[in-house]
Amino acid sequence: MTPLHRFLEESAARRGDHVAIVAPSGRSIAYAELDRLADRVRDRLVAVGVGRGDRVGLFVHKSIDTIAAIFGILKAGAAYVPVDASAPAARGAFILDDCGVKACFVEGAAAQALADELAQKGASPRLFEIETPDDGSSLARCLDRCDASEGPAATRRSAEVGPDDLAYVLYTSGSTGKPKGVVLSQRNATCFVDWCSDVLEPREDDRFSSHAPFHFDLSILDIYTAIKHGATLVLIDEEVGKRPGELAAWIERTGITIWYSAPSILTMLVQHGELANRDHSQVRIVCFAGEVFPVVHLRSLKQLWPGKRYLNLYGPTETNVCTWYEIPAVVPEDRKDPYPIGPVCAHLRAIVVDPDGREVARGSEGELCIAGPSVLERYWNLEEQTAKAFLPDRTDDRWYRTGDLVREDADHGYIYMGRRDRMVKKRGYRVELGEIEACLYQHPEILEAAVVALPDEAAGVLIRAHISTKNGEKLSLIKLKKFCSERIPVYMVPDGFSFHALLPKTSTDKVDYQRLKSSA
Amino acid sequence: MPDQNAIMAATKSFILSEFLEGEDPDELTEDVELISSGILDSLATLKLVTHLENTYDIKIEAHEADEDNLNTLVDIAKLVASKL
Repeated sequence: MTPLHRFLEESAARRGDHVAIVAPSGRSIAYAELDRLADRVRDRLVAVGVGRGDRVGLFVHKSIDTIAAIFGILKAGAAYVPVDASAPAARGAFILDDCGVKACFVEGAAAQALADELAQKGASPRLFEIETPDDGSSLARCLDRCDASEGPAATRRSAEVGPDDLAYVLYTSGSTGKPKGVVLSQRNATCFVDWCSDVLEPREDDRFSSHAPFHFDLSILDIYTAIKHGATLVLIDEEVGKRPGELAAWIERTGITIWYSAPSILTMLVQHGELANRDHSQVRIVCFAGEVFPVVHLRSLKQLWPGKRYLNLYGPTETNVCTWYEIPAVVPEDRKDPYPIGPVCAHLRAIVVDPDGREVARGSEGELCIAGPSVLERYWNLEEQTAKAFLPDRTDDRWYRTGDLVREDADHGYIYMGRRDRMVKKRGYRVELGEIEACLYQHPEILEAAVVALPDEAAGVLIRAHISTKNGEKLSLIKLKKFCSERIPVYMVPDGFSFHALLPKTSTDKVDYQRLKSSA
Repeated sequence: MPDQNAIMAATKSFILSEFLEGEDPDELTEDVELISSGILDSLATLKLVTHLENTYDIKIEAHEADEDNLNTLVDIAKLVASKL
């Protein structure tokens, strides 16, 4: 197995002058320089005591600085923990404290808030401040400051890591109200990247988009497939990524050839990006994942962007991509059903089971379970949830339960039918409705809260919170949204609120979610 | 030509009726943070921009449609007034 950091070292040795990363500003860095910067990060981390098995946090927006830090962390033999730098510092501090990071790279603007939140928890990781992350120069200055105050760090060799060493911990929404960390190893990561090589057949002149933030598992394909093949990774500013006009211009200007994002971004480009006025002929592969792509928008996209490969990739963070389906050249005018998620990837195995964990007859609906080398090691510090994530009583392999209901079609692989729990996807983001409820219950005026998701063409789902208050009076929507946005990421803040004297109950006195769904 | 106060009042009623149904109008003061607090998400922001362009017959450039220019009613009124 080639560990992740070797991808960078090998590409730097092979084509050191080639552009490795394009930053959101348009500035770029070549492979040899990126590798040298990552070496400096490694040496400094080792000097402050970071080693194999340790975790190092990243509270930084996407930038060349961030990528160099990631590879420096991996070279030191540690695992990186990327945290949403747009989310409240309190949430970031929870995550960094939860997995006990030894050090953390933090963006200048957020440094004080994060340090305060960490101090409140009694956590004191070594913080490295990257003032204005973009082209790597802020990170270089940060390392210069360390050299000046602590003396130069000795040059080390990159750690000899094996397949079981941790590579990264990705936190996702947790149903109990706390984010949960998905622990992924070098084996998990590299077998997925090798699969990407086989399916995408990347070329050295390819330019990969990096649309997803780094705490999102889509970023694994972008970063490591690009670097492994000595291609170029084009970072997309998170704000630009939400603005269709600018995004369409950026794709044209940077010459992206392999695109990967949630379908809702592509839908937004189709509807508001004025694609007909842009030259995107250089794009050759369009990958999408994270939610269902409504056929009507996929058809429009294929008309506006003809002659490209379209790949529907499916898989939770816990396995990364585990099934895939190549969209046929022509989408029939009368097709309304979304395309299948397809057959299982070559490096994995899949079964479909009933609620008792028994395999169902082929073609019947059931829960999709996945086994193989990309399946997560565990959730961080959550033994019970880890145990529940796998099928019990199976001795043949570790079968991860995706929570997704599917049925198998003889010709086209798996067809997605829905969820068995309360996890939804909003614009590709994974949202546990329970985490939103837990947030609302922190509000001093709220007596009951029940959150439901309703289908929506543009966003995938709209999230509506049903609330009853202690004094029976309505709360200000503005104040409620502000309350939520200080505790959970903006994409989890409910789109709408409804007030009830008391929430409707079932005969067993549980909140009647079905009635709330149909009432909204 | 509408002044900034008139633009602010009209934009306020648009936001209340489109995105904050049932809200007490007094809560939507001119300094409420609309984007950073999640009151307007990216699709709502696009809708608002389209509304402003049509109502005032102006063009808001893609790079202007962000938190810096549209986060409060005051910011919005300033941006619109600068284009009239």
